[in-house]
Order: sequence, then structure tokens, then C-alpha cells
Amino acid sequence: MTPLTRRTALFGACACCALATRRTAAAATDFTEIAPGMFFRRGLDAEASATNADAIANTGFIVGADSVAVIDPGGSLADGQALRAAIAAHTTRPVRFVVLSHVHPDHIFGAAAFTEGAPRIVGHTRLPAALGTRGEYYRRHLAELLGAEAAGSVVTPNLLVTDTQTLDLGDRRLTVRAHRPAHTDTDLTLFDAQTSTLITADLLFIGRVPSFDGDLKGWLAELDSLAAIRAARVVPGHGPVTTDWPAAAADLRRYLNLLLSETRAAIAAGVPIEQAATRVAATERGRWALFDDYNPRNVLTAYHQLEWE
Amino acid sequence: MISRRDLPLLLLGGTIVAARPAWADDDEDKRAARWKEVREAVFGDRAIGDGSGVIGLEAPPRAEDAALVPVALLVNDPARVSGVYLVIDGNPGPLAAHVHFGALADPRRLTLRVRVDQYTDMHAVAETRNGELLAVSRFVKAAGGCSTPMGSQLDASLSDAGFMRLRLIGPVVPGHPIQALLMVRHPNFNGMQMDPVSRNYTPARFIQTVDIGFEGQPVLRMDSDISLASDPAIGFGFTPPKAGKLTVAVRDSSGAAWHEAFDVAPLS
Repeated sequence: MTPLTRRTALFGACACCALATRRTAAAATDFTEIAPGMFFRRGLDAEASATNADAIANTGFIVGADSVAVIDPGGSLADGQALRAAIAAHTTRPVRFVVLSHVHPDHIFGAAAFTEGAPRIVGHTRLPAALGTRGEYYRRHLAELLGAEAAGSVVTPNLLVTDTQTLDLGDRRLTVRAHRPAHTDTDLTLFDAQTSTLITADLLFIGRVPSFDGDLKGWLAELDSLAAIRAARVVPGHGPVTTDWPAAAADLRRYLNLLLSETRAAIAAGVPIEQAATRVAATERGRWALFDDYNPRNVLTAYHQLEWE
Repeated sequence: MISRRDLPLLLLGGTIVAARPAWADDDEDKRAARWKEVREAVFGDRAIGDGSGVIGLEAPPRAEDAALVPVALLVNDPARVSGVYLVIDGNPGPLAAHVHFGALADPRRLTLRVRVDQYTDMHAVAETRNGELLAVSRFVKAAGGCSTPMGSQLDASLSDAGFMRLRLIGPVVPGHPIQALLMVRHPNFNGMQMDPVSRNYTPARFIQTVDIGFEGQPVLRMDSDISLASDPAIGFGFTPPKAGKLTVAVRDSSGAAWHEAFDVAPLS
């Protein structure tokens, strides 16, 4: 998701809150075993709100012979606690790794639920700096939305990935890969060779409109390199798990290409930024959940970036 | 030229009017009280009349990004107006910009991108040639824009600070007004963003003046403040009497200054 700005102030009146009716943080039963020893919970296609504990991103865990890895601890302390309870319902093995896929709060604020046993907190090499500038801002706004207790605190990674990193769970090894600026400038993806599962985090959105906070051309380039991976299944950051890879990235690629080409065209034609925000990628409306909540903002970000090309 | 009387109002120390932290302040009475406080700080006891018909203000009722809110000030009667002020009542530095129009300006449309800290009224105030102040306002729902962390462009804003670009919208015809967009690379730190290394607030460093001229004749001068979004972009109109160079001088609060000249010529 994008930084919590106007959304934070608007949640009380936000139409999309209806989607999140009376659903609280994920329960153990929400986690589905999508492959042997691999459990995921699909996030809600909604904005963070007081009633959903910011449980809007896909989160999960992978159980190995010796230990467990958490892949995105969730959107708040409350969301992370629910994940921890779900893990406890499946295994007594310790959580040794907590992977923070990128800087956005809906993926990482649950990390505060995983202090016990001092797991390694895995993040992109640029994540500490990104949390330094954004972490407190995110925390404050999440606390306004959920209350300080449910929101949690900023957890800084202590195992930094600059290229690739192997996480050893005993019988299975996960490969973590750090990407160049794409969705954000702190993106990680994971691959589990044992089940041939690619976990893309927010480098892939399915069905729910992408949020863009990094580098458009970079994102398309990173999608090219991910497309070369042969995977039996793919877990996106938002949307359903899929076996259709790389075809499952087609909608995202079409959207990003349109955002790129139409924003460039608007700049070249002298279309002011506020008009571009209502016009660019408008043909995509109806194809994505939460389109109007994110597309105009994506255009502003793209315009500001591309006008300096 | 800007009068001496105006200058102190534009400087930070004098214009910070601490706003009560109210994230969703849509109470009209509170907003009216805030405007009274701000207008006294900015304009003293000068009377401010209804600007309807003279000046217009375009701003989104609900901003998509509180750290990049596009606004336009429209002057309907250019001959009568010598300058405009943009006031964002709820911001820590409410006076976002004061633009004084020069002989070659076409004041009909001026655009800026600003940060908005909380739900607020915005005022566009026109100053007429005989010293009258006339205002219109818009209510804008946006919050948190002043402390929003810098986006993906921060590295470029820092390393290329002072780099400028000019986009001319439409063909240049001597003697006819043309719209232009001046873009300036600059983080425009407002003192409310965090520094990743020190974990303290990055000191304020922001663009204070932009002087635009054409072949020695003034187009406009803008005095600005911490409310401008990073990488300030100023859209303005001017009437080049002939082919020539548009000159721009930018100075920031640290005293750094940059100069640029852009060719303005018809496509033969």
C-alpha cells in the first residue's frame, strides 16, 4: 500500500470500509497450507481501518525441520499476534527468521509480535534507511487508526540482503533476493526450491490495484527477471495464490506499461499534473479493486518521476 | 518589486503560527478562527474583501497525496492585480507563496504544488494595484503532507539541487501570452521530515525566492516557504515581446543560489 496519508484522515468516511466489515485480525483458520509446510493468509482487498487491524496484505509462514520463517509478519502488532497464534497451532518449532519484504506498513508492522527467541529480522539493505525516514510516520498514523497498542512499533532488520541470502530451516532452504528499485526501493522476493514456490510480495499484485512507490521502469525490468523463474506456484503480495506463472503478471504489466506510456504522453503534451491524475490509465478502472483509491496517486508519483526524465 | 513591509511576513520566524493538531478539522467555526489568526499574522490589520470575480482558486476537495497537492490561482482581471498570495491556513507556515507580477507576466493562471498538513481552508489573496486585498477560499481535505517522508525522488532532489527545467506549453508567438512550467530540483525540506541516519528531523532547507525575467524585464518574483512540495514546479504565463532568453534566479534558505537562462523562440 502507499504511505498512509489522506487515507488515514478519511477512514471514517471511506466507502471501502464497507469491505472490511467487522472483520478483525486474521484467525488461525485463515491460513491455508498452499504447499507442504507453507501457509498463507490472503489479505483483504481494503484499506487499513479500525476494524481490520490492517490485515490487508498476504502474510504467511514456512515450516522446516528445525525452524520456521515468517514471510511478512502482517500489518500491525495485532495482525502479527494472530499470525503467531496460527504458527503455534501448527508447530512448536521456533521462528528463526522474520522476512520484511519491503517498507510498507501493511507488510511489516506485525514484526513486533516476534521478539521471543530473537529471530533474525531479514530486510533489504536499504530498508533500515527507509524505516529511518518513514517508520515513525507510519507508526503514528497506524496508531491513530488502530490505537497505539494494536499498531505496534518499528522493528529494524538485523540481517540485510544486498544480493541473495539463503535462510536454512533444516531440511529446506529459502533463497531471498534483493531487487533494484521497483515497487519500492526495498523489495525482496523469496523462492522455496523444495516446493517450487515463488513469493513475490508486492512485486506482484493480482486483482487489487497496484500501489506505486518506487521506479516504474525498474519494476517492469524486475518483472522480466522474475518471469524467467520456473515456479509451480506464486504468492503475490495482494491477491490470490496462482499456479499460472508468468502469465499471472500480465494484468500488472499492462497497468504499469499504461501508467508509464500515458503519463509520459501527458507530460509531453503539457497536460497539467492534476488533469493527468484523472485521465492516465482510466481504461483500467473496473479491472481492479480499490482503483480510485490508488490510481490517481500512482499517476502523481509517476508524473513527478517521469517529468525529470 | 516587493515592498519592505511585506518581507518580514514571508520569513519563517514571523509566519509560523502553530496550528492545533487536528487531523480532521471540518468545523467551520474553528476554521474561521484559524483564518482570523493567520490573516492577522500575515496581513496585519489590512482589510480583506471578497475576491469573487477577481481571483479564483482551484484545489482538489480531497487530495490524493497530501505532500503533492496541485493548486491554481486564477486572476480574472489581470490589469487590476499586482500580485497574489497563497495561504494554507492549517499549515505550520501558512503563507505558502507570494507572487508579485512583473510587466511581462500573464497573471491569469499560476500553478503551484504544495504540502498540506491537516484539513484546511486555503486562501488565494489578490493584491490590487491600489493596495486592496481580495480573497477567495477553498476547503481541502488532506492531512500529514508536511511530515510525509520524501519519496523515490529524494536522492535526485539532493544531488541535483538547483537544476532547472522549463517547459513551454504551446507555440511561442512574439507578443502573445504563453504558459510555462518552471521545475526546480530541490528537496524543500521543511524541518518536519526524519533523517534516516541521525533519526532526528532534517533541518529545514527550502526555496525562498524565485525571480523570473525576460531579456531584462521582470516576469515575476515569488517569495516562498516550507509549504511548497519538494522539487517545486511553478506554472505561470508570460508574454515574450520577441525571441530571447527567459532568466531564472533561485535562492534557498541556506543562501545557495542558482541561475539559469532558457531560450524562448518561435519554431521558425
